[in-house]
Amino acid sequence: MSDAVVVEGLVKKFGDFTALRGVDLTVARGTVLGLLGPNGAGKTTVVRILSTLLRPDGGRAEITGLDVVTQADQVRSVIGLTGQYAAVDEYLTGEENLEMVGRLYRLGKKESRARAGQLLERFDLTDAARRPAKTYSGGMRRRLDIAASLIARPQVLFLDEPTTGLDPRSRLGMWEFIADLVSDGTTILLTTQYLEEADRLADRMVVIDRGSVIARGTADELKAQVGGERLELTVGSVEGLGRAVELLRPLAVDDPQRDEQTRRLTLPVKGGAATLAEALRLLEGSGVELLDVGLRRPDLDDVFLTLTGHSADDADPATEEQAR
Amino acid sequence: MTTAVLTPPPAVPTTPTLPAVQQALTLAWRNVVKIRKQPEALMDVSLQPIIFTVLFVFVFGGAIAGDWRDYLTYLVPGILVQTLMFATQGIGVALNNDIAKGVFDRFRSLPIARSAPLVGAVLSDVVRYVTSMTVLLAFAVALGFRTTQGLPAAALAVLVALAFAMCLSWVFVWIGLTVRSAGAVQGVGFLATFPLTFGSTALVQADTLPGWLQAFTRNNPVTHLIDTVRGLLLGGPVAEPLAWTAGWAALLLAVFVPLAMRAYRRRV
Repeated sequence: MSDAVVVEGLVKKFGDFTALRGVDLTVARGTVLGLLGPNGAGKTTVVRILSTLLRPDGGRAEITGLDVVTQADQVRSVIGLTGQYAAVDEYLTGEENLEMVGRLYRLGKKESRARAGQLLERFDLTDAARRPAKTYSGGMRRRLDIAASLIARPQVLFLDEPTTGLDPRSRLGMWEFIADLVSDGTTILLTTQYLEEADRLADRMVVIDRGSVIARGTADELKAQVGGERLELTVGSVEGLGRAVELLRPLAVDDPQRDEQTRRLTLPVKGGAATLAEALRLLEGSGVELLDVGLRRPDLDDVFLTLTGHSADDADPATEEQAR
Repeated sequence: MTTAVLTPPPAVPTTPTLPAVQQALTLAWRNVVKIRKQPEALMDVSLQPIIFTVLFVFVFGGAIAGDWRDYLTYLVPGILVQTLMFATQGIGVALNNDIAKGVFDRFRSLPIARSAPLVGAVLSDVVRYVTSMTVLLAFAVALGFRTTQGLPAAALAVLVALAFAMCLSWVFVWIGLTVRSAGAVQGVGFLATFPLTFGSTALVQADTLPGWLQAFTRNNPVTHLIDTVRGLLLGGPVAEPLAWTAGWAALLLAVFVPLAMRAYRRRV
């Protein structure tokens, strides 16, 4: 399988501030790469360089074999970009917004209209097609924005934080639309600070922090870097907590942690569901009042915390500002 | 879900028209649609000519010319050009807003001529300039203003002023792309426009001014344009001020089009 996006040693400086310190990544054709990182990590800068809006200060980047600096015009005809701000014209209707982009691609009036109609339908905007975009909800604007970036059937699509600022329901809807695009064979580079989003949509992930790649791999590979699964129990009393530790210690692969305040016990374990069943059997008839029990696999928030020492939304937002 | 929506080959059919022209016209169309949907965007260019005329004719007319009717005749070409000067600033504000909203990121990521968004903006501003001049001339005629040179000459006066405004608007395209906020565009714009419009023959004849100011006024491009328009509406020399106006217009284009294009390419 060939790579639709190849990035090598990408460097970008804004004055004294180094936004990218040599980023390498590839996106295989027809797959989704999740570019993860906190605010200010450099995600948007990567997208802006790949979409020819910014020139890199070092390194190189190719989209379908075309150099983003020396062949910028050709790159622009194979990409679609949906930025962090829904770049739609508020006073134009949804239909007019899409037709305008079609005409800029020189699809011709008829073809532009037909294409706009298809995309409006696909993104569930047909009913709102003749309303000015300023009457749209946040989720509808994002959908219109993505539709606009798909007019000329781009081979590679950049989605820069496509669900930032959306309510949970719109976010779920947006995930479905993105998943559909992938099933059609579009190559997507998606930036997000929502680890759940990357987990759900991306085939592979690259985690960047302060302009450098700090981890890469599939979601499972990243989770494996952080460590294994844990058994978490909440019991009814502090005495029960002590009793549960005694009973379950044989299952633990490392020291259990207990919190008397919340009466919660956390045991690093192996063996998945079978271990959970075994734990329940051991506790049965012991008199320990079990309020909650569960097997927890590390999520990407744990990955982030482990890799960077800070959580995904705990970063300096000022640096991302400079990237614009 | 229809897979046909995305899977066909990414071939983009091209039409034989000059692409840059077509794209600029498409973007001009976009701006005109925007104006149509929010007519209040034309408020400044509709009210300004009336307010300026009323102010200058009735406040200063008696003092300057003895009779406001005589002053109206002298003033109309001046107000026509002056309000046009102020109208050209709007393009800088509009471009600055487009950039802030991310619309220009979309344009810049499309395979279109680099000049298209800027040329489109300048072309669509014709609507504003024509509105400004139409309102002014209609109001002036209602007050009793009459051209003495016939309608073809008056039409030519309007065309010359329009052409000059389109050249001058590149200055504000450049400013709009360079400064950080829409408010700053207006600040810089007024700083540049005030001395040029008031230090001209718009309101008074040059020989009433002190010597040093006369030197400025006589070499001010706005004066050349006003004198051209005045000649075409009311009689007087046209050829010389028209040649000067054309020269200034060419100079504005030669300097500010490249500057604006460079600012557009660099703007991040």
